[in-house]
Amino acid sequence: MIRLENVSKVYPDGTEAVRNLSLEIAKGEFCVFLGPSGCGKTTSLKMINRLIPTTGGKIYIDGVDTSERNVNELRRGIGYAIQNIGLFPHLTVAQNIATVPKLKRWPREKRRARARELLDLVGMAPDTFLDRYPCELSGGQQQRVGVARCLGADPPILLMDEPFGAIDPITRQRLQGEFLKIQERLKKTIVFVTHDIDEAIKMGDTIALMKDGDLVQYAEPATLLAEPKTRFVRDFVGADRVLKGLRLLKARDVMTRPKVILRRDESVERAAEILDSARRQWAAAVDEAGRFHGWVEREDLKTASMLDEALTPAVTTASPRTPLNEALSMMLGSATGSVAVLDEDGRFLGLLSFNAIRDVLRSSHDEEGE
Amino acid sequence: MFEQAWRYIAEHPDKVLQWTWQHVQIVLVANAMAAVLGVALGVWISGKGRERIAEAVIYAASILMTIPSLALFGILMAVLYALGQPSIGFLPVVIALTLYGLLPVVRNTHTALREVDPAMIEAGRGMGMSGLQLLFRIKMPLAVPVIMAGVRQAMVMNVGIAAIGSYLGAGGLGQPIFRGLGNYRKDLVLVGALVVSALAVAIDLGMGGVEKLTTPKGIRRRRES
Repeated sequence: MIRLENVSKVYPDGTEAVRNLSLEIAKGEFCVFLGPSGCGKTTSLKMINRLIPTTGGKIYIDGVDTSERNVNELRRGIGYAIQNIGLFPHLTVAQNIATVPKLKRWPREKRRARARELLDLVGMAPDTFLDRYPCELSGGQQQRVGVARCLGADPPILLMDEPFGAIDPITRQRLQGEFLKIQERLKKTIVFVTHDIDEAIKMGDTIALMKDGDLVQYAEPATLLAEPKTRFVRDFVGADRVLKGLRLLKARDVMTRPKVILRRDESVERAAEILDSARRQWAAAVDEAGRFHGWVEREDLKTASMLDEALTPAVTTASPRTPLNEALSMMLGSATGSVAVLDEDGRFLGLLSFNAIRDVLRSSHDEEGE
Repeated sequence: MFEQAWRYIAEHPDKVLQWTWQHVQIVLVANAMAAVLGVALGVWISGKGRERIAEAVIYAASILMTIPSLALFGILMAVLYALGQPSIGFLPVVIALTLYGLLPVVRNTHTALREVDPAMIEAGRGMGMSGLQLLFRIKMPLAVPVIMAGVRQAMVMNVGIAAIGSYLGAGGLGQPIFRGLGNYRKDLVLVGALVVSALAVAIDLGMGGVEKLTTPKGIRRRRES
């Protein structure tokens, strides 16, 4: 879909910002340009929509040399989100989102309908926000509108230059997650610039790690973590790369279905019997629909007259999509050392235990041959 | 003395109104031209690669401002005479006020356009706006408040200078002032001075309102919040 061939950028003063960059980004791929500041990642991004002219090499989109296309037409076909959001303060949220549709001369009703649809997509109530101005939004809301705007005319390609850079870490985490969900549905081809290795691992299908204008390693996040090509890559991903690797695994990959699950309407005696015969100290309790209600401990059954009285509700639960690093910290904070995995309707799917995670880590460690 | 001035206004409202109307006409015509020319010039010199030209233009406009009005009238009379145009009356005064009014407008337009947040420009360009679309949809709306402040400043200043235009027979509120000075009629001087001052204040207030109205809503709200 996007192909860079020996692309380079040399400034008139002789600075080489990008040297012979060649890489190919497949349709629907989420590619992260990663590296320390000054490594050429933003320059490379901006050469794709020609905000920065190349001084060598070619960039093809769908096989067409971008330098041969009308520059404004080219850019209207590529979504673009920038670091400081860059919402136009004199335009309403609806007008901001419809910037490219307006340039493409969509009729007014269609533009408004599109803005409405996109606000909905990024989780903002259209009726509340369509006619607000950027100054009336919080930082996180502005960022959402920024994302909606770059999706304005439904371009197949999105270029995003640290789009979540300007917000607090908590909001950023949430927006990253939401954006991934959106991407799962839209399947855009995305080039995403960041200097944050954690963001890169979380978001990217592939990561292009750059240094001083050179592409150092272009690989999937798991490969980058497990097989760093050079010392620079190893240092950049950090000493905790095994832990970072956890982020790439989801709860559904390691959860296990316990042998014993208690029905909530069971009698106390029967429950004790089940636990004893399975030699378990505790088990999950579910109702007739399979919805999770909490944990039952053998100890508590001694004094209880009904199973409900012995029930300890879970403080946190995971979803099948929860990354393992988050699940691990939930487990560290839970009394039983386990976390229940529930589907969207609250039904019990399985549980995560330290043993299961250790097994996964051990096997990935073995693959590394260390 | 104030009483005499009031009495004069009460007894000759037609004359006072006529002078005021002439005055307003001169100021409005001159400033309309200064605004149009100034904004056009300001936009042009803010273009890419015209930094040197911009410096020169603003420098020239500042020099224009330092020329005393009587001297400028004199120069214009000579020039207009050489061109075969009427060298006294309305025309030279309007031209002089237009020139005086240029500087605040050109300077403010230039500054406002140059200080548009680069992120806005990059966002606009990155989404495929042409140079003109960028200018009219993004830069100008953002620059309008500052440009209007320049127009307002020019108008208030020209209300004062226009009084001197009476020397060239352009009429206006300079007439009672100069006539009063010539004939020891303090009341006439005072009538002119009072009305000119009131006019300046009224125009300042009015333009303040216009400034507010032309400021895009989103920016106005940002300031208020």
